[in-house]
Amino acid sequence: MNILHLSWKNILNKPLTLVLNLVLFSLGVGLISLLLLVNVQLEDKFEKNFAGIDLVIGAKGSPLQLILSSLYHLDAPTGNMPISESKAFLNPKHPIFKKVVPLSLGDSHRGYRIIGTNASFVDLYEAKLSEGKLFEKTMEVVVGATVAENLKIKTGDQFQSSHGLIEDENLVHEDAKPFIVSGILGKTGSVIDQLIVTKTQSVWAVHEDHDHEGETEEEHAAHLDHDHAEEEKPLADYENQSITSLLIQFKGRNIQALNMARNINENTNFQAATPAIEINRLYTLLGVGEEALKALAMLIIFVSGLSIFISLFSSLRERKYELAVMRTLGARPGFLFQLIVFEGIVIAVLGFLCGIALSHGSMILLADFLEKSYRYDFSAAIFLNEEIYLFGGSLIIGIIAAIIPAFQASKTDIHATLADNKG
Amino acid sequence: MLKSINLSFQYSGAPSISFPDFTAEQGDQWLILGPSGSGKTTLLHLLGGLLSPSTGNITLDDFHYSAFSPAKLDKFRGENIGIVFQKAHAVQSLSVMENLLLAQQLGGKILDKKKIMNLLERLQIAHKANQKPNRLSAGEQQRVAIARAVINQPRLILADEPTSALDDKNSTEVQNLLKESADAVNAILLVVTHDNRLKATFPKQLLLK
Repeated sequence: MNILHLSWKNILNKPLTLVLNLVLFSLGVGLISLLLLVNVQLEDKFEKNFAGIDLVIGAKGSPLQLILSSLYHLDAPTGNMPISESKAFLNPKHPIFKKVVPLSLGDSHRGYRIIGTNASFVDLYEAKLSEGKLFEKTMEVVVGATVAENLKIKTGDQFQSSHGLIEDENLVHEDAKPFIVSGILGKTGSVIDQLIVTKTQSVWAVHEDHDHEGETEEEHAAHLDHDHAEEEKPLADYENQSITSLLIQFKGRNIQALNMARNINENTNFQAATPAIEINRLYTLLGVGEEALKALAMLIIFVSGLSIFISLFSSLRERKYELAVMRTLGARPGFLFQLIVFEGIVIAVLGFLCGIALSHGSMILLADFLEKSYRYDFSAAIFLNEEIYLFGGSLIIGIIAAIIPAFQASKTDIHATLADNKG
Repeated sequence: MLKSINLSFQYSGAPSISFPDFTAEQGDQWLILGPSGSGKTTLLHLLGGLLSPSTGNITLDDFHYSAFSPAKLDKFRGENIGIVFQKAHAVQSLSVMENLLLAQQLGGKILDKKKIMNLLERLQIAHKANQKPNRLSAGEQQRVAIARAVINQPRLILADEPTSALDDKNSTEVQNLLKESADAVNAILLVVTHDNRLKATFPKQLLLK
């Protein structure tokens, strides 16, 4: 029968009030915790997917769209870059570019994007093979960990890609050569987990076949051989082909490098976008909504604190005789003070726990939705340091809400209260 | 032995009330009578240590507790004085048993469920031990109040109109239980009342003017 036990009994004695307080408190805490969860994971995803890229070059259009499509594989690509016009960027002895990774986008397999590129793309995300080997020949692919897991793909499997980025059986390249899975990548936590990676030439090969529909089997085979023979040519030599975009790492961050983006934008048919700038712009856009939600959550928490305060305060009026009688039984004023403070704390702790359960519960639903619509895997099972601060904050709100009623209780005038009650 | 000497109390802005000196031996049972406004409740609260006198001394077994510090007085009251009010005012969120456990704890005694059950049996409310107080009748609630006042075996039991809210049958029963319980722990029993039904059974009476 310690104080905490008595506080607990007192709270349980008013179940409706308890439910109201818990609903309010857990809504506030849950909303904040959910915002933190989404935010941290989103920033984490964005950060990991930066992959050290300083610049993305692609067809003209929205720079944000270029970044989203080429770095995060979220949006549709902006258009094509003919190789004949992009030769300068593909020069391996470029004075400013340290690394240039070509991307050819536009095809997918059961909703997972196929990226035509080269081995350096896999290195960008520091992905390691978990089985098989890297693609060497045209039509060989390596598959990201999540793709392999969800589509149950194994090394040696074959599949046909479909045109476009959404799952649509009508758009499958049925007459094209199948892709052959040469290897599976280990989990990295970055976007490559959700991708199917192959050589640029493989993507071209799929679309080339459309142009050769009249070919006989022999001619077709000859054409394939021809492709194989050409495989070792540098990308810049495929004058008639196009790619989607280029991911660039600079040698150093000097003035030349910084002017590069403006130069490209002003003097070529292409655009250059800096990931950091575009993502910051995106954060600013999202930030307004996030700030509004945060303010709403703070308001709910404030109201729940007020509700705890009011319910404790009004319960004092009902309980003033029993509090006075406890004093006559030998309870010190400090006992009554602690009793009421503990009631505030217990409600706050319960509210916090309900809120965390609420946020992680909704995160499970949200992760499911995000995975289905964006192929982005979020986790509901991670717990953040910020949630410890949230716990601390909850305790403080519980204490603040209880402190005035607690002080009032500790000042109970035994004589006045009990002499007053003469029926 | 309870001794009250030269006791007076003054409410702010009101004339001082003086109380007659009196002495009660261990086991004595007194009835304190008087018209409304004669200071019956004030006297009871002074004797119970709920109020500090303006002048005078109260001693119980040579403890001059009317001069104790608030902390010392709270402890002394919990250990040595049991008080029964007109209504029980038990803690609503606790069962009868838990209310009595709380009384033991606040009185600094060992928690003893068996002792509580024995007492409840004597008071004929053992079957209500696990009920919440608001499920009990007025008579039963008053028995809980008596149990709470005597559970710690106090030296002094004070009762403020313990029977005025009860019907005749319950009034008699509660009165008898109060006297028996006080006898059982050899405590001094002081009952403040204007309930005439009690006059016949208390030979020792103090009349306030």
